Amino acid sequence: MPVDPVIAIVGEQADQQTYDKVYRELGLDQPLYAQFGRYVASLAQGDFGTAITTGHPVIQDIARVFPATVELATLALIGGVLLGVPMGVIAAVRRNGWADHVVRFFGLVFHSVPNFWMGLMVLVVFYAGLGWIGSSGRVSLHNMGLVPEVTGSILIDATLAKDWDVLVDALRHIVAPALILATGAMAYLSRMTRSFMLDQLGQEYVTAARIKGLSEWRVTLHAFKNVGVQLLTVIVLAYGGLLDGAVLTETVFAWPGFGQYLTAGLMAGDMNVVLTGTLLVGLIFVTLNLVSDVLYRVLDPRTR
Amino acid sequence: MGSRSTPAPTTLRAWLTAEVPSSAAQASLQRAWFGWLRFLGNPLAVAGLAVILLLLVTAAFAPWIATHNPDAQNLAVRLQPPSAEHWFGTDQIGRDLFSRVVYGSRITLYIVLLVTVIVAPIGLLVGTIAGYFGGVVDTVLMRVTDIFLAFPGLVLALAFVAALGPGLENAVIAISLTNWPGFARLARAETMIVRSSDYIAASRLQGASAARIIAKHVVPMCMPSVIVRATLSMAGIILTAAGLGFLGLGAQPPSPEWGAMLSAGRRFMLDYWWMPTFPGLAILLVSLAFNLFGDGLRDVLDPRSE
Repeated sequence: MPVDPVIAIVGEQADQQTYDKVYRELGLDQPLYAQFGRYVASLAQGDFGTAITTGHPVIQDIARVFPATVELATLALIGGVLLGVPMGVIAAVRRNGWADHVVRFFGLVFHSVPNFWMGLMVLVVFYAGLGWIGSSGRVSLHNMGLVPEVTGSILIDATLAKDWDVLVDALRHIVAPALILATGAMAYLSRMTRSFMLDQLGQEYVTAARIKGLSEWRVTLHAFKNVGVQLLTVIVLAYGGLLDGAVLTETVFAWPGFGQYLTAGLMAGDMNVVLTGTLLVGLIFVTLNLVSDVLYRVLDPRTR
Repeated sequence: MGSRSTPAPTTLRAWLTAEVPSSAAQASLQRAWFGWLRFLGNPLAVAGLAVILLLLVTAAFAPWIATHNPDAQNLAVRLQPPSAEHWFGTDQIGRDLFSRVVYGSRITLYIVLLVTVIVAPIGLLVGTIAGYFGGVVDTVLMRVTDIFLAFPGLVLALAFVAALGPGLENAVIAISLTNWPGFARLARAETMIVRSSDYIAASRLQGASAARIIAKHVVPMCMPSVIVRATLSMAGIILTAAGLGFLGLGAQPPSPEWGAMLSAGRRFMLDYWWMPTFPGLAILLVSLAFNLFGDGLRDVLDPRSE
């Protein structure tokens, strides 16, 4: 629960005098516009404030937790692409057939399912029930800190250190949150792929290719080549969407990443964390949008 | 009897399918009828509508449908698995989960309707004004929308709740703040299409004010896509509201909000699977229903898409 930031520092038992002192030190006695001006001024100098909960500068904290989220989101994106794109292509080729209906229905189901609930269910079945996956966090307690941190990705670090036990353990921990995060990307990408492919399959060059007697497989391959650029741009956008999904998924799996840091800051009423975190996500989101636009311009000659 | 006037239609169906409508009312009812027939051709969309109707009935008649008082604690039957007496089982203080899920439908409906009622008019207003006037007005309004669109929905809603404090009403405000820009974008795009049409020019020449043109001639043209968008966004609203509830930032316990119930069930889930299962299923079902219904509605109302 977000609480009074002063109480978060001094504790519930503090006397009025201490409370007032901290209240003034935080500058909360000043008018809102003055507080805001001061905040923007320090932002301009690259000072994002100190996290009350950890005592470190927020930027430092975020740099520490971010690799975990990037690792999770990247794996989820790979999963989403590997599942979603073929599903979309099949749905487009078999338009209005049963495969199309199945793909579209499951796309909608995964678009509609609350990620955090799916996470809980997976934990109940595969962790508590079958014991196939690790419970929460990136590795089990006894494997923590065994491999030297090089890249921030525990999968890569373990591989570099040739510590296969840790690698297997890390894989057992990441598979569930990554797959659950992937379902959202999968739903989005299969829908987009389907509509891009339908667009291409309706073009005259496809008809021409069919008349020439090319096999259906070759025709599909032809059309798929032409959706590549569009697909790449939406894949970049999907990556931004994963950041959003990561907030809840990380909370469920106690994944020590950015989303969990953000919600923990939120619960503690740590506004520096919340504001910086939100700003940063916005920045990444906008950057990804920009990258997507630029890629489209650079890679598709028709837009020049 | 030289003129061959068509005989007056005798049945309602004949009236609805007459080749030549005799009044504007008949024409629009005919359109609605054919739209309905098209809609019925999509079984998934019909299923979605059925679930939404079920949700409405459940919310309206919750006291009669629920088998127990949703807040009544009974420690004698705590943590019971689903049974004939407690269909969805009971929670850690012996409350009947089925009754709580039933009453939770009221909260879900309350959030969804309230957000939509706030968001659609604001988006429509901003979008049509920006699109109709263009120029500086458009630039200013659209940059404001862009700022809101620069953040992923849930993260922005979290930030707003952090500033406003937790609670159901604040969650509604936070979700509304993140939801209106999509409607503004949509309304602007639709407005730009109709802005230069002849009928708009004609009414301007007749001396109609900008406000009148927007209200009478632009907004009605935006309505079909806004309705489709609203239906589809209801699914997203349900998920965001449940997510906020799950994080403890939305409706507060002991409220039977589905997300808050999930979060309460989380502590017990490893031994008592039914606690998080049923509220989650309810969220999934309702969110899916709005998506299916919205998709079907789009096929009927907005033939341009797809």
